[in-house]
Amino acid sequence: MSDILFEIKDLEVSYGSIAAIKGISLEVHKGEIVTILGANGAGKTTTMRTISQLLKAKSGSIRFKGQELTQLPAHKIVKLGISHSPEGRRVFGILTVEENLLLGAYTQTKMDREVLDWVFRLFPRLEERRKQLAGTLSGGEQQMLAIGRALMSKPEMLLLDEPSLGIAPILVKAIFKQIKEIAESGVTVLLVEQNAKAALKLADRGYVLDVGKIALSGTSAELLASEKVQEAYLGKKH
Amino acid sequence: MDIFLQQLANGLTIGSMFALVALGYTMVYGVMRLINFAHGDMVAASAFVGLTIYTQVMGQATSLMAVIAIFLLAALSMAVVGIILERIAYRPLRGAPRLSAVVSALGASLVIQNGIMLIWGPRMRIFPELVPQVYWDFGGVVISLIQVIILVLSLVLMISLYLFVEKTRMGAAIRASSIDQDAARLMGINVNSIIALIFIIGSSLGAVGGLFIGLYYRGITFNMGWQYGLYAFIAAIIGGIGNIPGAMLGGMLLGLFNAFIAGYVSSTWADAFTFILLIVILIVRPTGILGERVAEKV
Repeated sequence: MSDILFEIKDLEVSYGSIAAIKGISLEVHKGEIVTILGANGAGKTTTMRTISQLLKAKSGSIRFKGQELTQLPAHKIVKLGISHSPEGRRVFGILTVEENLLLGAYTQTKMDREVLDWVFRLFPRLEERRKQLAGTLSGGEQQMLAIGRALMSKPEMLLLDEPSLGIAPILVKAIFKQIKEIAESGVTVLLVEQNAKAALKLADRGYVLDVGKIALSGTSAELLASEKVQEAYLGKKH
Repeated sequence: MDIFLQQLANGLTIGSMFALVALGYTMVYGVMRLINFAHGDMVAASAFVGLTIYTQVMGQATSLMAVIAIFLLAALSMAVVGIILERIAYRPLRGAPRLSAVVSALGASLVIQNGIMLIWGPRMRIFPELVPQVYWDFGGVVISLIQVIILVLSLVLMISLYLFVEKTRMGAAIRASSIDQDAARLMGINVNSIIALIFIIGSSLGAVGGLFIGLYYRGITFNMGWQYGLYAFIAAIIGGIGNIPGAMLGGMLLGLFNAFIAGYVSSTWADAFTFILLIVILIVRPTGILGERVAEKV
C-alpha cells in the first residue's frame, strides 16, 4: 500500500458525559476514497467534526501528514490541506454562489482562477447560477456548492459528510460521479454516508461505524459481500 | 414648508448619530446574537473621554488637527474598551445560555455607567465647543456647521463600512461569520479575530457617535448612554437587526421621524411615537425593514 496520509488513533469524543466516539482508529492512504458507513447516531458526523476540530477530542490522536491536529484551532485545519463539506451543506444562504466559492478560497493568498474554472466544469449548474443567492438553490445544487466551496482551498484531502442527504436520486448519481472525478484528479476523499450502496460502489475501502465503535472494515468488495453489511445497510435478507 | 425643511435637516443630523451608534449594536448582534447593552454607555464614555483629551491632552486647542486628534484618540480608547469588554464579559460566556450573556451585558452597562460617574462625577458636564458656531440661514431654515459635519462625516464612515463589508475579503469573512460560525471556521476564518474586529469597528463608530452627541447637544451626563443607546437599538431593530445597511436606514428613519414628530406634534411626545413606530414596524415586518432577505433551505 502507498503511504499513509491521514490517521486516527484511539479517538474518543464525548458530548458532556455521553461518549459519542469510543476509541476508533482508521487510516487513509494518499489517493484513496475511503468511506465511513453507519446508521443515524453512529458517530459519523461527530468523527468528521472532530477531524476539523469543530469538536475537541477527549483523547486519542488525529494525524495528517504526520502532524497532530487535535491541539489546533478549527480555522487552521483547512490551511493544512483538509477541506470539509459539512453535513447539511451549510452554504452561506444570503450570499451569492460566487461569494460562497470565494470564501472557500479564503486561506489562499490569491484566488486560483483555474480551480474556480475546474469547479464550474465539475458543476456547470454553479456557473449558471453564480449571481444567485445560495439559499435559493435546490438541495442538490447546494450540495454541489458545498463541495465546490470545499475544493476552492485546493485540499489534499476532502471530507464529505453525507453528500446524498435529502437529495433527489438522479442528482445523487451525478454528484457521486463528480466525486469520483475529484478523486481521480488526485484529491484523497473521506466520505461519510448512510447510502451504503452508493458509497461502496465509489470507495476503495470502508469502515462501518456502530454506536461509536468500528464494527467492520475492509475493501469495498469485502464489505459489499459481508452478510452483516448486507443485512444492516443494504436491506437484503439471507 | 420651512418647518418641513428645518426638521428634515435636524432629522438627518440626529438620524446619522443614531445610525452610527446602531451599527455597533447590529454588527455585534450579527455575529454573536447578543445585544451588547454596554454599547450605549461606551458612546457616553466616549464623550467624556473626548472632554478629558480636550482639556488634559490638547490644552483646549480647537485647531483642525487637535479636533481630528480628539476624534482618533477617543475612537481608539473605545476600541480598546470594546476589546476588553468582549474578552472579560462576553467571551467566557460564548457557550453559555443566551440569558447569561444578556445579564453580563446589562452588568457591563452598569459598570461602565458607574465608572463614568466615578471619574467625571454625577453632574452634567458641558462638552467643549470644538467646532465654531457657524450658521447659515436659508430663508428661515437654519443649518449649522456642526450639522453639516455630523451628516457628512457619518455618511463617509457608513459608506466606507459598507464597502469594507461588501467588497473586501475580510468583509466577506465578517458576513460569513454572522451567517454560520462553524461553516466560517471550515473556510479557515478565525472567528475570534472577526469578533474582536467587530468590537473594534462598532466601538469606534459608537465613539464618534458619542462625540457628535456632545458636539450637538453640548450637555453630557454619565447616564445618557441609556437614552441614546435605546434609540440606536430601536433603529437597529427597525432596519433589521444584524443587517448593516439596515442599521443605517433605521437610524436615518428614526431620526427623521423624531424630528418631524417634534416639529409637527410635540417634542414631549417624540419618545411615545417612536415606540408606536417600532411596534407598527414589528407588526408589519417582524424582521425589520431589511432583515432576512431569503429564507434558507434546510
